[in-house]
Amino acid sequence: MIRFVAGRVLWAIPTIFVVSIAVFSMMRMIPGDPAAVMLGDLATPDQVAAMRDQMGMDAPIIVQYVRWIEQIVAGDFGRSILTNDPVLPLMLERFSVSASIVVLAVLFATLIAVPAGMLAAWRQGSFVDIGTVGLATLLLSIPSFWLGLMILLVFGLYLKWFPVIGYVSFATDPWRAATFLVMPVLTLTLVEIGVIIRMARASAIEVARLEYITHARAKGLSEAAVMWRHAFKNAFAPTWTLLGLILGGLLGGIAVTETVFTLPGLGRLLVDAIYARDYPIVQGCILLISAIYVLVNLIVDLCYPFFDPRIAR
Amino acid sequence: MSNQEQPLPVLDVRNLSVEIGRTGRKVVDDLSFAIPSGEMLAVVGESGSGKTMAARSILRLLPVPLHVAPASRIFFDGDDLASASDKHMRKVRGGKIGMVFQEPMVSLNPSMTIGRQMAEAQRIHLGLGRAEIRDRSLAMLERIRIQNPEKCLAAYPHEFSGGMRQRIMLASVMLTRPRLLIADEPTTALDTLVQRDVLDLMAELTSENGTAVLLISHDLGMVSHYVKNVVVMHSGRAVETGPARNVLVSPQHSYTRRLVDALPKRTEGGARDTSADAEPLLELRDVVVDYPGRGGFFMRAEPKRVVKGVSLTINRGETLALVGGSGSGKTTLGRAIIGLVRPASGSIRYLGRELLNESAAAMRDLRKDVQIIFQDPYSSLDPRQRIGSIVGEPLLLDKEMTPPARRARVEEVFLDVGLDPDFMRRLPHQLSGGQRQRVAIARAIVRNPAFVVADEPVSALDMTVQKQILHLIRKLQAKHGFACLFVSHDLGAVEQVADRVAVMDNGNIVEIGNRDDVFDNPRNAYTKRLLDAAMLLDRKFAGAA
Amino acid sequence: MIAARSHRRPDFNAAFGGTVVAMLLFAALFGPGLVHYDPLALDLMARLQGPSATHLLGADEFGRDLLSRVVHGARVSVTISVLTVCLAMAIGIVLGTVAGYAGGWIDRLAMLLNDSLLAFPGLLLALGIMAVFGASVGAIIIALGLAYVPAVVRVMRASVMSLREREFVEASRVIGNREITTMLRHVLPNCIAPLTVLATTMFGWVILSETALSFLGLGVPPPAPSWGNMLAAARPHIVQAPYLIIVPGLCVSLTLLGINMLGDALRDWLDPKMQAS
Repeated sequence: MIRFVAGRVLWAIPTIFVVSIAVFSMMRMIPGDPAAVMLGDLATPDQVAAMRDQMGMDAPIIVQYVRWIEQIVAGDFGRSILTNDPVLPLMLERFSVSASIVVLAVLFATLIAVPAGMLAAWRQGSFVDIGTVGLATLLLSIPSFWLGLMILLVFGLYLKWFPVIGYVSFATDPWRAATFLVMPVLTLTLVEIGVIIRMARASAIEVARLEYITHARAKGLSEAAVMWRHAFKNAFAPTWTLLGLILGGLLGGIAVTETVFTLPGLGRLLVDAIYARDYPIVQGCILLISAIYVLVNLIVDLCYPFFDPRIAR
Repeated sequence: MSNQEQPLPVLDVRNLSVEIGRTGRKVVDDLSFAIPSGEMLAVVGESGSGKTMAARSILRLLPVPLHVAPASRIFFDGDDLASASDKHMRKVRGGKIGMVFQEPMVSLNPSMTIGRQMAEAQRIHLGLGRAEIRDRSLAMLERIRIQNPEKCLAAYPHEFSGGMRQRIMLASVMLTRPRLLIADEPTTALDTLVQRDVLDLMAELTSENGTAVLLISHDLGMVSHYVKNVVVMHSGRAVETGPARNVLVSPQHSYTRRLVDALPKRTEGGARDTSADAEPLLELRDVVVDYPGRGGFFMRAEPKRVVKGVSLTINRGETLALVGGSGSGKTTLGRAIIGLVRPASGSIRYLGRELLNESAAAMRDLRKDVQIIFQDPYSSLDPRQRIGSIVGEPLLLDKEMTPPARRARVEEVFLDVGLDPDFMRRLPHQLSGGQRQRVAIARAIVRNPAFVVADEPVSALDMTVQKQILHLIRKLQAKHGFACLFVSHDLGAVEQVADRVAVMDNGNIVEIGNRDDVFDNPRNAYTKRLLDAAMLLDRKFAGAA
Repeated sequence: MIAARSHRRPDFNAAFGGTVVAMLLFAALFGPGLVHYDPLALDLMARLQGPSATHLLGADEFGRDLLSRVVHGARVSVTISVLTVCLAMAIGIVLGTVAGYAGGWIDRLAMLLNDSLLAFPGLLLALGIMAVFGASVGAIIIALGLAYVPAVVRVMRASVMSLREREFVEASRVIGNREITTMLRHVLPNCIAPLTVLATTMFGWVILSETALSFLGLGVPPPAPSWGNMLAAARPHIVQAPYLIIVPGLCVSLTLLGINMLGDALRDWLDPKMQAS
């Protein structure tokens, strides 16, 4: 068990390391003088020179990287070119919006899709199964931004059930904040339901074929007990891994949903920064999201032996 | 233990048929048999005979498109299970009828502790409380001689070996003292020694409780040691029913005769003596093989020593059988000789040439002399290649050979191994297991090798097919004169083909000698146990047959 | 034992998916020659006009013909997706084969790089690359191509590793074939099935990602038509002209549905073990 945990954690460290190198070199690959790029179009030569000095541009590239890492570890992600605000607090504030949407969507989607996938698998070939699979494939095929726009059109603009523009933070007014989150969460929930149903069903079908399921029946267990007590835990293991990937994937593409519903999240911050060539923010956002992604998948992997004890010998 | 008068049978199956969906095709056709209380009955048949489906239909555990035909009657203690309600079936399952499955690796739930799995049936059928269940489970584990029963309850199935799991499974089924135990090939996946253990334990536990047993098996020789009556099944029908002894000694039906005929017997004329030959073909000295430990990026596990310094010689034209249980290192040794695994130290000399010092190119050149036949004919043939091209592929390496010559040679070898040359355009999946193994043999001998390693070449095949393939190997050897290292766990097969026998245990050769010496006067204790457990037919029925 | 037969209908999946994909390819190849209007021609008189006899699907905020733009958009999407899939496949197959075959430290290094690339959620990596190089069709292909390399590497490496241990591959070695012959004759041909399934699925992912990037304004630069940037441009007019949103969205959804169903059918035919994932 200790070996398993240690091995998995030790694997995450070089991954983060390579990720940081990639983000670091990305900024160096932008055509032109990185210092000038970091300062934007309006910078004076003096400012550029000062920036070059601050970034240590004249030092060897390795030294520059080490300095940059030191700053990141100390929580200094630099300052925005446009507003001169420190990047980290800005990102954290925006992150809370994105995180609540993504986490809620994955939670709801799992709660709906996993039982649905199991039931479909248990009635493989029935109309329930064919209908569930059809629905899942359909949901899987609708792009989130289009589904979002249609939901906005129907529930926001025609039925006027939910506010379509603006955002209030949870701290100010939790109830109103929740009304802003309903449509984006619904959109992402629907999209991910498709993926999770298909995975849950496929792995439940695999498990249902195995001998220990027949053995459980041969003990006299009811069909429900066979399904939930014996099949569920084993069939859920692959889905559990998928959830980590989905969570990260949603976070990486959250900009799309935030654009549809004009929400001030991390994704929108990143895309706006790309437009404005505000590189410290771009760099910070990409580093933050990928670090969270690595972390989430690490946690998911560490929990995996709970579903399949064979993995942690 | 029962009184002399004829008691009501525990299980009385009448006219059982199992159909596939609505097609009307039957996998079990009009099967009838009965088991009296406390007695053991075996249903014997090869793959596809319908024996497993017949057993499953008793507990209504058939896979989806299969169902029991309407006219079937399954009387269990007087109740007809064929028409019982689902609720009643759940009461019977695991309570009055227990079932043990074939594959101990997949028939216990991998994500549930042994304790919880043992508790389930007791809770449902005996309605016992937590503490009582625990006490009974511990007592049972002790009864079947599991070390540290407390720890066992909290452990997961993967922490045990196959034999252990099968014992645990048996124990947990017997906890509810069922009237009938259905055992579906309970030992097929296990080593010979372990097989004997598990079957003995089964006989012991069931006779203690007066439980009747329905034993499903492909191995007529093995079951005859345990059961009173057998039913022989062939393509869904019972072709012969009667006392085991009668069926074995004087089989009536032609299929049963073939089956009995396929049981291992010593070849006529005894082993050939080839040791007189001056120079050995192959000479191994102190061969050591390690498997690298699996490790992560930063950690590396200790390598595992699988073959621990083996020395032996193989003479021209002889068959040396390498016998041992799983994990004994016999397969690894065979693969080391063929060059698929590199020994850590030692020497392998082929006609005086040291193979371990040869360059890769020289080794490739030697390939035409040294070949292998793998165990599983389902994975040893490329699924996308036509079998004519599979057999002809080694000939492509002979640059001098013209395509017509190649074709002629392939055709010749096809006839040699008993395959119709018209099959050349077929793909492997269009052939039966026996035919596939013939293709694999053809590929091995197409360039006239001097030496062939046969790695468990028949263990994946049905009994009657095994017989044919063993016969074929023997015939080809007589015709072409290649030597053979016959790696096997099956003493029956070994007895039929070997000239000499080497017994391997835990990476070492513990005994080596002429076949008849080893089989009749084993000197090593492990060899003795192996021979005892093998239950060779001619020991029990030597006089009668 | 008799395996429970799948009651799914791959024939329906194949027929529907195949038809949709064929229609998509037809539209991409020949569609632009069949529509009357130039997708870039402005017609202020037709601004935000709904479907009519002159503009069958209506016109957008600059009076450009929607049908013509949708058809040209198909060509853009298909071109980008095909090139992207080819790029990801080419790199991924080579890396995956090397990693799977070599094993040892080469494999570990390759997997470390691969896992690091995987540590960027697909769209995020593409966003980063677009931030560096600016929005252009070439940048999209490189960005998405790189983003999907790890998926190919994983499938390829797994197939090669499992095939490497199979007995028929060992048999090829034993009969005296060189390692390269073994690989070309026995290993790679047996990877075609999973790769075909993956390529089909990936074709869908790429269309989705390209549309998303264009929707964010970081994909195909306007005025060139793409389903994604058409949706983005139509968003302010969602109330007056909902058809501007509905039509391109339906195109994307139908395309993805067709590709997904074709992928399922291929999976059922070629690779029963892979199932839906």
